[in-house]
Amino acid sequence: MTEIPLQHILFLSTALFFIGVYGFFTRKNMITMLMSVELILNSVNINFIAFNKYLFADKLDGIFFTIFIIVIAAAEAAVAIAIIINLYRSHKSIDVDETNEMKY
Amino acid sequence: MSITLVIYYLLAAMILVCGSLSVTSGKIFRAAVYLLGSLIGIAGLFFLLENEFIAAVQIVVYVGGIVVLIIFSIFLTHKSGEEMKMPSTQRKIAGFVAAFIGFFLAHFLIHHNEFVATNNPKIEQSVMNIGSQMLDTNKFGFVLPFEVVSMLLLAAMIGAIVIAIKVKPKE
Repeated sequence: MTEIPLQHILFLSTALFFIGVYGFFTRKNMITMLMSVELILNSVNINFIAFNKYLFADKLDGIFFTIFIIVIAAAEAAVAIAIIINLYRSHKSIDVDETNEMKY
Repeated sequence: MSITLVIYYLLAAMILVCGSLSVTSGKIFRAAVYLLGSLIGIAGLFFLLENEFIAAVQIVVYVGGIVVLIIFSIFLTHKSGEEMKMPSTQRKIAGFVAAFIGFFLAHFLIHHNEFVATNNPKIEQSVMNIGSQMLDTNKFGFVLPFEVVSMLLLAAMIGAIVIAIKVKPKE
Protein backbone atom coordinates (compact mmCIF):
# COMPACT_ATOMS: atom_id res chain seq x y z
CA MET A 1 0.00 0.00 0.00
CA THR A 2 1.83 3.08 -1.17
CA GLU A 3 -1.02 5.34 -0.04
CA ILE A 4 0.52 5.65 3.42
CA PRO A 5 3.37 8.18 3.22
CA LEU A 6 6.73 6.72 4.22
CA GLN A 7 7.32 9.62 6.63
CA HIS A 8 4.28 8.61 8.69
CA ILE A 9 5.54 5.07 9.14
CA LEU A 10 8.99 6.40 10.09
CA PHE A 11 7.33 8.75 12.60
CA LEU A 12 5.55 5.77 14.17
CA SER A 13 8.72 3.69 14.42
CA THR A 14 10.74 6.60 15.83
CA ALA A 15 8.10 7.27 18.46
CA LEU A 16 7.97 3.59 19.42
CA PHE A 17 11.77 3.45 19.62
CA PHE A 18 11.95 6.37 22.02
CA ILE A 19 9.04 5.03 24.10
CA GLY A 20 11.21 1.93 24.52
CA VAL A 21 14.23 4.08 25.39
CA TYR A 22 12.19 5.97 27.99
CA GLY A 23 11.07 2.69 29.53
CA PHE A 24 14.63 1.40 29.58
CA PHE A 25 15.83 4.56 31.36
CA THR A 26 13.09 4.73 33.98
CA ARG A 27 12.26 1.12 34.86
CA LYS A 28 14.13 -0.68 37.64
CA ASN A 29 12.55 -4.11 37.29
CA MET A 30 14.45 -6.46 34.97
CA ILE A 31 11.35 -7.94 33.28
CA THR A 32 9.99 -4.52 32.38
CA MET A 33 13.42 -3.52 31.05
CA LEU A 34 13.29 -6.62 28.84
CA MET A 35 9.86 -5.50 27.63
CA SER A 36 11.28 -2.08 26.68
CA VAL A 37 14.02 -3.81 24.68
CA GLU A 38 11.37 -5.79 22.81
CA LEU A 39 9.61 -2.53 21.89
CA ILE A 40 12.89 -1.09 20.57
CA LEU A 41 13.60 -4.17 18.44
CA ASN A 42 10.06 -4.09 17.04
CA SER A 43 10.36 -0.46 16.00
CA VAL A 44 13.51 -1.38 14.06
CA ASN A 45 11.55 -4.18 12.35
CA ILE A 46 8.92 -1.67 11.21
CA ASN A 47 11.68 0.48 9.73
CA PHE A 48 13.24 -2.40 7.81
CA ILE A 49 9.89 -3.53 6.38
CA ALA A 50 8.89 0.01 5.39
CA PHE A 51 12.21 0.78 3.68
CA ASN A 52 12.11 -2.54 1.85
CA LYS A 53 8.56 -1.86 0.70
CA TYR A 54 8.93 1.76 -0.35
CA LEU A 55 12.50 2.27 -1.44
CA PHE A 56 13.98 -1.09 -2.44
CA ALA A 57 11.07 -3.06 -3.83
CA ASP A 58 13.47 -4.97 -6.12
CA LYS A 59 15.19 -6.69 -3.19
CA LEU A 60 14.21 -8.79 -0.19
CA ASP A 61 17.05 -7.78 2.15
CA GLY A 62 14.84 -5.91 4.61
CA ILE A 63 12.71 -9.01 5.12
CA PHE A 64 15.77 -11.14 5.88
CA PHE A 65 17.06 -8.63 8.38
CA THR A 66 13.66 -8.57 10.05
CA ILE A 67 13.64 -12.36 10.31
CA PHE A 68 17.13 -12.41 11.82
CA ILE A 69 16.20 -9.68 14.30
CA ILE A 70 13.14 -11.67 15.39
CA VAL A 71 15.29 -14.79 15.88
CA ILE A 72 17.91 -12.90 17.88
CA ALA A 73 15.17 -11.27 20.00
CA ALA A 74 13.77 -14.71 20.80
CA ALA A 75 17.21 -16.04 21.81
CA GLU A 76 17.87 -12.91 23.89
CA ALA A 77 14.52 -13.20 25.69
CA ALA A 78 15.14 -16.86 26.53
CA VAL A 79 18.60 -16.19 27.99
CA ALA A 80 17.43 -13.05 29.80
CA ILE A 81 14.55 -14.89 31.46
CA ALA A 82 16.87 -17.72 32.53
CA ILE A 83 19.15 -15.11 34.12
CA ILE A 84 16.17 -13.39 35.79
CA ILE A 85 14.90 -16.65 37.29
CA ASN A 86 18.39 -17.55 38.54
CA LEU A 87 18.77 -14.08 40.06
CA TYR A 88 15.38 -14.37 41.75
CA ARG A 89 16.45 -17.67 43.34
CA SER A 90 19.58 -16.19 44.84
CA HIS A 91 18.36 -12.66 45.74
CA LYS A 92 14.53 -12.97 46.04
CA SER A 93 14.28 -9.79 43.97
CA ILE A 94 14.82 -8.78 40.35
CA ASP A 95 15.38 -5.08 40.89
CA VAL A 96 18.57 -3.87 39.29
CA ASP A 97 19.25 -1.64 42.31
CA GLU A 98 19.46 -4.53 44.73
CA THR A 99 21.86 -6.65 42.72
CA ASN A 100 25.13 -4.77 43.09
CA GLU A 101 27.45 -7.43 44.48
CA MET A 102 29.74 -7.42 41.45
CA LYS A 103 29.74 -3.66 41.13
CA TYR A 104 32.96 -2.77 42.95
CA MET B 1 -8.77 10.12 3.16
CA SER B 2 -8.81 6.53 2.04
CA ILE B 3 -9.78 3.57 4.20
CA THR B 4 -6.16 2.30 4.22
CA LEU B 5 -4.96 5.52 5.77
CA VAL B 6 -7.72 5.38 8.41
CA ILE B 7 -6.77 1.80 9.31
CA TYR B 8 -3.12 2.86 9.45
CA TYR B 9 -3.86 5.68 11.89
CA LEU B 10 -5.96 3.39 14.08
CA LEU B 11 -3.15 0.82 14.17
CA ALA B 12 -0.55 3.51 14.88
CA ALA B 13 -2.65 4.87 17.75
CA MET B 14 -3.04 1.34 19.16
CA ILE B 15 0.72 0.66 18.92
CA LEU B 16 1.76 3.96 20.51
CA VAL B 17 -0.89 4.01 23.26
CA CYS B 18 -0.29 0.37 24.24
CA GLY B 19 3.49 0.90 24.05
CA SER B 20 3.49 3.96 26.27
CA LEU B 21 1.11 2.34 28.77
CA SER B 22 3.41 -0.68 28.78
CA VAL B 23 6.41 1.38 29.91
CA THR B 24 4.48 3.48 32.45
CA SER B 25 2.00 1.03 34.01
CA GLY B 26 2.47 0.37 37.72
CA LYS B 27 1.38 -3.24 37.66
CA ILE B 28 3.75 -5.61 35.90
CA PHE B 29 1.11 -7.97 34.57
CA ARG B 30 -0.78 -5.08 32.99
CA ALA B 31 2.46 -3.90 31.41
CA ALA B 32 2.85 -7.33 29.80
CA VAL B 33 -0.72 -7.27 28.47
CA TYR B 34 -0.19 -3.77 27.02
CA LEU B 35 2.99 -5.04 25.37
CA LEU B 36 0.86 -7.78 23.82
CA GLY B 37 -1.51 -5.15 22.39
CA SER B 38 1.41 -3.20 20.94
CA LEU B 39 2.91 -6.30 19.29
CA ILE B 40 -0.46 -7.30 17.79
CA GLY B 41 -0.77 -3.77 16.40
CA ILE B 42 2.66 -4.12 14.77
CA ALA B 43 1.58 -7.46 13.23
CA GLY B 44 -1.50 -5.68 11.85
CA LEU B 45 0.76 -2.99 10.38
CA PHE B 46 2.79 -5.70 8.60
CA PHE B 47 -0.45 -7.11 7.19
CA LEU B 48 -1.35 -3.60 5.99
CA LEU B 49 2.06 -3.32 4.29
CA GLU B 50 1.27 -6.58 2.44
CA ASN B 51 3.97 -8.56 4.22
CA GLU B 52 1.89 -11.52 5.32
CA PHE B 53 4.83 -13.80 6.06
CA ILE B 54 6.52 -11.37 8.46
CA ALA B 55 3.15 -10.63 10.08
CA ALA B 56 2.58 -14.34 10.70
CA VAL B 57 6.11 -14.75 12.08
CA GLN B 58 5.53 -11.72 14.31
CA ILE B 59 2.36 -13.24 15.76
CA VAL B 60 3.85 -16.72 16.20
CA VAL B 61 7.17 -15.66 17.73
CA TYR B 62 6.32 -12.50 19.67
CA VAL B 63 2.69 -12.91 20.66
CA GLY B 64 2.78 -16.69 20.99
CA GLY B 65 6.30 -17.07 22.30
CA ILE B 66 8.05 -14.13 23.91
CA VAL B 67 5.05 -12.55 25.65
CA VAL B 68 3.95 -15.92 27.04
CA LEU B 69 7.52 -16.46 28.27
CA ILE B 70 7.49 -13.02 29.91
CA ILE B 71 4.13 -13.71 31.58
CA PHE B 72 5.43 -17.06 32.89
CA SER B 73 8.48 -15.40 34.37
CA ILE B 74 6.25 -12.71 35.94
CA PHE B 75 4.25 -15.43 37.67
CA LEU B 76 7.45 -17.14 38.82
CA THR B 77 8.95 -14.00 40.32
CA HIS B 78 6.07 -11.73 41.45
CA LYS B 79 3.01 -11.84 43.61
CA SER B 80 0.15 -11.05 41.24
CA GLY B 81 -1.53 -7.68 41.67
CA GLU B 82 1.45 -6.19 43.47
CA GLU B 83 2.31 -2.56 42.71
CA MET B 84 5.82 -2.02 41.46
CA LYS B 85 8.11 0.61 42.89
CA MET B 86 7.66 3.69 40.73
CA PRO B 87 10.76 5.58 39.54
CA SER B 88 11.54 8.91 41.19
CA THR B 89 10.21 12.06 39.54
CA GLN B 90 13.72 13.24 38.78
CA ARG B 91 14.47 10.01 36.95
CA LYS B 92 11.19 10.24 35.02
CA ILE B 93 11.95 13.80 33.91
CA ALA B 94 15.52 12.92 32.92
CA GLY B 95 14.34 9.88 30.94
CA PHE B 96 11.61 11.91 29.25
CA VAL B 97 13.97 14.71 28.29
CA ALA B 98 16.56 12.28 26.90
CA ALA B 99 13.93 10.37 24.91
CA PHE B 100 12.32 13.59 23.66
CA ILE B 101 15.61 15.09 22.47
CA GLY B 102 16.42 11.85 20.66
CA PHE B 103 12.98 11.76 19.12
CA PHE B 104 13.23 15.37 18.02
CA LEU B 105 16.63 14.83 16.35
CA ALA B 106 15.51 11.67 14.56
CA HIS B 107 12.32 13.34 13.43
CA PHE B 108 14.25 16.36 12.15
CA LEU B 109 16.48 14.05 10.10
CA ILE B 110 13.48 12.17 8.68
CA HIS B 111 11.83 15.42 7.62
CA HIS B 112 14.89 16.84 5.94
CA ASN B 113 15.96 13.75 4.09
CA GLU B 114 14.94 12.95 0.54
CA PHE B 115 13.95 9.32 0.23
CA VAL B 116 14.56 8.16 -3.32
CA ALA B 117 12.86 4.99 -4.40
CA THR B 118 14.58 2.62 -6.80
CA ASN B 119 13.30 2.33 -10.36
CA ASN B 120 14.22 -1.33 -10.77
CA PRO B 121 11.33 -3.74 -11.37
CA LYS B 122 9.55 -4.96 -8.25
CA ILE B 123 9.80 -8.53 -7.13
CA GLU B 124 6.96 -10.22 -5.34
CA GLN B 125 7.52 -10.61 -1.59
CA SER B 126 6.04 -14.09 -1.52
CA VAL B 127 7.07 -16.91 0.78
CA MET B 128 8.48 -18.79 -2.20
CA ASN B 129 10.83 -15.95 -3.15
CA ILE B 130 11.86 -15.41 0.47
CA GLY B 131 12.55 -19.10 1.02
CA SER B 132 14.51 -19.65 -2.19
CA GLN B 133 16.69 -16.59 -1.64
CA MET B 134 17.26 -17.40 2.03
CA LEU B 135 18.56 -20.93 1.31
CA ASP B 136 20.44 -19.92 -1.83
CA THR B 137 24.17 -20.71 -1.80
CA ASN B 138 24.97 -18.46 -4.77
CA LYS B 139 25.59 -14.72 -4.74
CA PHE B 140 23.01 -12.73 -2.71
CA GLY B 141 21.91 -15.89 -0.94
CA PHE B 142 21.43 -15.79 2.82
CA VAL B 143 22.38 -19.33 3.72
CA LEU B 144 25.46 -18.40 5.79
CA PRO B 145 23.62 -16.02 8.18
CA PHE B 146 20.83 -18.59 8.33
CA GLU B 147 23.28 -21.24 9.58
CA VAL B 148 25.00 -18.82 11.96
CA VAL B 149 21.66 -17.80 13.45
CA SER B 150 20.65 -21.43 13.88
CA MET B 151 23.90 -22.07 15.81
CA LEU B 152 23.17 -18.96 17.88
CA LEU B 153 19.69 -20.25 18.74
CA LEU B 154 21.09 -23.63 19.75
CA ALA B 155 23.75 -21.99 21.92
CA ALA B 156 21.13 -19.69 23.50
CA MET B 157 18.82 -22.59 24.31
CA ILE B 158 21.62 -24.62 25.91
CA GLY B 159 22.83 -21.53 27.75
CA ALA B 160 19.34 -20.79 29.07
CA ILE B 161 18.98 -24.34 30.39
CA VAL B 162 22.44 -24.27 32.00
CA ILE B 163 21.76 -20.91 33.67
CA ALA B 164 18.28 -21.74 34.94
CA ILE B 165 19.05 -25.29 36.13
CA LYS B 166 18.79 -25.91 39.86
CA VAL B 167 22.08 -27.14 41.34
CA LYS B 168 21.54 -29.55 44.18
CA PRO B 169 23.94 -29.03 47.08
CA LYS B 170 26.42 -31.88 47.53
CA GLU B 171 26.02 -34.00 50.61
